[in-house]
Amino acid sequence: MTTTRGFVRRREADPRLPPGQYDVGADWPVLTAEVTPSLATAAWSIAVDGHVAAPTTWTWDQAHALPQSEYRGDIHCVTTWSKLGTWFGGVRVDVLLAAAVPLPSAGFVMATSATGYTTNLSLDDLRGGKAWIAWSHEGTPLSPGHGGPARLLVPHLYFWKSAKWITRLTLMDHDEPGFWERNGYHDRGDPWLEQRYTGD
Amino acid sequence: MESLISTIAAPSGGWRRAVVRSVARPSSRFVVLRLDVEDRVPHLPGQHYVVRLRAEDGYTASRSYSVASTPADDAVEMCVERLIDGEVSSFLADVVVVGDELEVRGPIGGWFVWDGSSAVLAIGGGTGVVPLVSMLRHANQQGTRGAVCLVAAARSLAELPYGDEILAGCNVLALSRVTSPSGRPPGRITVADLQPHTRDGQGFYVCGSAGFAETATRLLVDLGIPTTAVRVERFGPTR
Repeated sequence: MTTTRGFVRRREADPRLPPGQYDVGADWPVLTAEVTPSLATAAWSIAVDGHVAAPTTWTWDQAHALPQSEYRGDIHCVTTWSKLGTWFGGVRVDVLLAAAVPLPSAGFVMATSATGYTTNLSLDDLRGGKAWIAWSHEGTPLSPGHGGPARLLVPHLYFWKSAKWITRLTLMDHDEPGFWERNGYHDRGDPWLEQRYTGD
Repeated sequence: MESLISTIAAPSGGWRRAVVRSVARPSSRFVVLRLDVEDRVPHLPGQHYVVRLRAEDGYTASRSYSVASTPADDAVEMCVERLIDGEVSSFLADVVVVGDELEVRGPIGGWFVWDGSSAVLAIGGGTGVVPLVSMLRHANQQGTRGAVCLVAAARSLAELPYGDEILAGCNVLALSRVTSPSGRPPGRITVADLQPHTRDGQGFYVCGSAGFAETATRLLVDLGIPTTAVRVERFGPTR
């Protein structure tokens, strides 16, 4: 690849930044393709269904009665911003999966939002302490613009996988593209491999 | 939103070499670049390209920019707003000259696109009008002038790219700090700006900052527009 005439690196490399990403600092951009829904916590619930032995739905209060967990670290958006050293509170997806008991046939998951937004993940990307249902950010309730009352949080993948306004995780025996995955974006979205678009 | 998906086959392209054909600076805020893209895949109005800059040491920085030109245009035109500390935007605005080579990738995006067949109410704030200008130009070129009605919001004309072009047709300029050329008094965009231009079966496209997009989509919801008919492209910082 040829270099761009006159372009020089202005910033020192931060080892926390995947290739092609920049540090957005204290900011946190809102990038959503649809109208922000107004979703009361009393109306919210999270379901785990599909290829599971015990399909289960938790209300807001029931989900909050589960063991709480925090994620502290970085998040990366495919549009090239990363937010470093941030933190979220919620419940690990592992806790929900343990209750719903995935069938041996389950290898993939479709995450669905209250708006109908979908994103697909492999079950392994949601297991092993790598994914959360998050309802707070740095100690305050997650705002509607950022996916409140609750969003999926899968920080090791590009952030479109962390579906806002999450209401359902459907375990599947096959992979199937979600919303952005059908619209030109990568099936998995690993920021360290720069899996941004279809074919990367 | 599911019902709207997969109605449009969106093309996409890999990394391409682009040569800067022209550079225009309609004001100190904006730079309009026209690029000759090798092996260009024609875009749909609303899509964007990624521009990647590469330093001698291999460091790269890339950002996405909406396309203002039409599929029929033989160049890819983008309008970039110079952001304070904008690593890529300030380079494009201040350093790039005609003949420079850039790496680009696109067209990208299968959601915020218009295939030219439906009536559209497009609402843009500031540089958010850029993909909507592509829709407007496309409608004019294909002889369906009036299919796209553009409501453009900015503080003043100086802060709105393509203002002169938007002045024509059924479009509305909603300027918050000054009186619009049409005589509209200064003020933020309201339901009254949109209502006369809404009709059944229309598609709605909103593009702008997160704050602007939130305001504009709220107005559409207040007008009773189903959220499934609204496609949104947000950009920029939270502030």
